[in-house]
Amino acid sequence: MAIFLTEHSRVIVQGMTGAEGTKHTTKMLAAGTNIVGGVNARKAGTRVGIGGKDLTVFGTVEEAMKETGADVSVVFVPPRFAKDAVLEAIDAGIGLAVVITEGIPVHDAAYVWAHACATGAGASGKGTRIIGPNCPGIISPGRSNAGIIPADIAGSGRIGLVSKSGTLTYQMMYELREIGFSTAIGIGGDPVIGTTHIDALAAFEADPETAAIVMIGEIGGDAEERAAEFITASVTKPVIGYVAGFTAPEGRTMGHAGAIVSGSAGTAQAKKEALEAAGVTVGKTPSETAALTRELVRR
Amino acid sequence: MDLYEYQAKDLFAAHGVPVLPGATVETAADAAAAAAELGTAVVVKAQVKTGGRGKAGGVKLATTPDEAAAKAAAILGLDIKGHTVHRVLVTEASDIVEEYYVSFLLDRSNRTFLAMASAQGGVEIEQLAVERPEALARVAIDPIAGVDRAKAADIVTRAGFPAAVADQVADVLVSLWETFVSEDATLVEVNPLVRDPQDAVIALDGKVTLDDNAAFRHPGRADLTDQRTEDPLEAKAKARELNYVKLDGEVGIIGNGAGLVMSTLDVVAYAGERHGGVKPANFLDIGGGASAEVMAAGLDVILGDPAVKSVFVNVFGGITACDAVAHGIVEALKILGEGATKPLVVRLDGNNVEQGRRILDEANHPLVTQVDTMDNAADKAAEFAAVGV
Repeated sequence: MAIFLTEHSRVIVQGMTGAEGTKHTTKMLAAGTNIVGGVNARKAGTRVGIGGKDLTVFGTVEEAMKETGADVSVVFVPPRFAKDAVLEAIDAGIGLAVVITEGIPVHDAAYVWAHACATGAGASGKGTRIIGPNCPGIISPGRSNAGIIPADIAGSGRIGLVSKSGTLTYQMMYELREIGFSTAIGIGGDPVIGTTHIDALAAFEADPETAAIVMIGEIGGDAEERAAEFITASVTKPVIGYVAGFTAPEGRTMGHAGAIVSGSAGTAQAKKEALEAAGVTVGKTPSETAALTRELVRR
Repeated sequence: MDLYEYQAKDLFAAHGVPVLPGATVETAADAAAAAAELGTAVVVKAQVKTGGRGKAGGVKLATTPDEAAAKAAAILGLDIKGHTVHRVLVTEASDIVEEYYVSFLLDRSNRTFLAMASAQGGVEIEQLAVERPEALARVAIDPIAGVDRAKAADIVTRAGFPAAVADQVADVLVSLWETFVSEDATLVEVNPLVRDPQDAVIALDGKVTLDDNAAFRHPGRADLTDQRTEDPLEAKAKARELNYVKLDGEVGIIGNGAGLVMSTLDVVAYAGERHGGVKPANFLDIGGGASAEVMAAGLDVILGDPAVKSVFVNVFGGITACDAVAHGIVEALKILGEGATKPLVVRLDGNNVEQGRRILDEANHPLVTQVDTMDNAADKAAEFAAVGV
């Protein structure tokens, strides 16, 4: 098993014909992803050859789903149009929307999330699961890859990884490549995101293939503190944590729109302490975190 | 981006939130002229992006233009919590009967918006929230439904505003929500909102934070940036579209990806504990495309910081290929020529790492040292910064 994305996933790409969309569609196909088409209203009905595959461009997500049985959409649409693109995917009833786009205004993200909730997201597996925005996506190595995580860093294995940061996801997968991953998810560093650490922890806990969970957080918000509460209550598998941003000054945004310490809230220290109180082993550096994970998995 | 009070009030006025007339000036003479123009007693207020201005002597009452000039002269140039006062707002003085608090903000935890309101304002809101939480109403706002007159009335009722001002406060809330949405703000706060002897309700102070991601919807927004108080290195980095934050250490940092760069700062700080307490000098995320131009621009900004003693280039090639990064470093050093004077510790890993390392080996630049792991590279960079190679 894997979580959220499997070999059975049928994937469409919104924004497939743009430069980023085409580049990453090629890479996803090479990784074995079952990509069944793209969506672009202005190019509806055309066909494009990408990575040796002849793909149809549909006018709407709804049409693409009807024609191909797609259940996952990867969104590369630019920030200005991303809100409408994701709303369209939700209204079409897609199971999973992976939003790679960086720089979406938070008012748009909050609107989309409210709409997703109104149509059943988050509750009982109905409605659309959203991953991101501003994230690298999700990979279940050897099965499917929806997003921009390089597929050749690590193969399949027993670790589940959930991270706010893209490059730290890659770094951690690289450090633990000899063990491998059931699924690795980059949930994104924006203030309002769809899938949270908690959602991923719950799914990894339920996944028989996942033996241990690595959770990477960073400054800003209280997602890690809430995840710690969830771990205390509901996670029995070993969890290894890492938090970035101990040296970040208060009130400054560190790259990710959501990575900001406000007053005494959102500090790395508070997150580390909350995780440790929940029994999570927290590494001081990415390499130390990887070493701690190796120990726990081999035990 | 946080705004100054006068900028916040300009936005309020544009959306119908009542504010008092005033003028923003930079000299004592102009303060006197502004006071004369208003023809009333005035308040002279320091324009700095920090709280506690009153206690620091940055807010003063003046009854005549001459007095306004004297008060402005005393306030201009003041240092308030590290912020130098370059401007003052000269605004009508008002008689205050009661003080209230209202705000709209992003509620990250619940992935929605939140209204906060209190009929007992005029104090630090964080203090009120802790000491008398029952006096502060918190009302979740659906981003789709927003705040109409009925929702505003609901907030007014829950916060317990007096009946005499209930309608006016509800009007303010509708206009303030309009400001919040149409300006793409993550915070709009009025503290205090005051009631004057005629039961008029006025926003006496204002705080607004705008969402930088929404800048594409607001073409004039760059004008709100105060270049004078911007750090010169940050201004230079911004002009080159680099994601840079100046810090107060000695080890310059360049990396790809916000999370990895934040992590790099931490790892350098830990390494610094073993090397005389040296610290990271900056945050700089060069993102996915590490071209020679971007690398050169990044190095140029970092080497322009006199505090920098060494530089740590930390790249994990995910999408980015390490050979492209290595080329970028080699070319950047050529572009900078004698401008490059500090040792560079480079750690490359991931996509095309062998080619990348070979390119740097073959270039054999005297300033470049390659180290294989992030932790060891951080240690080497901290060591160089400490001994001042």
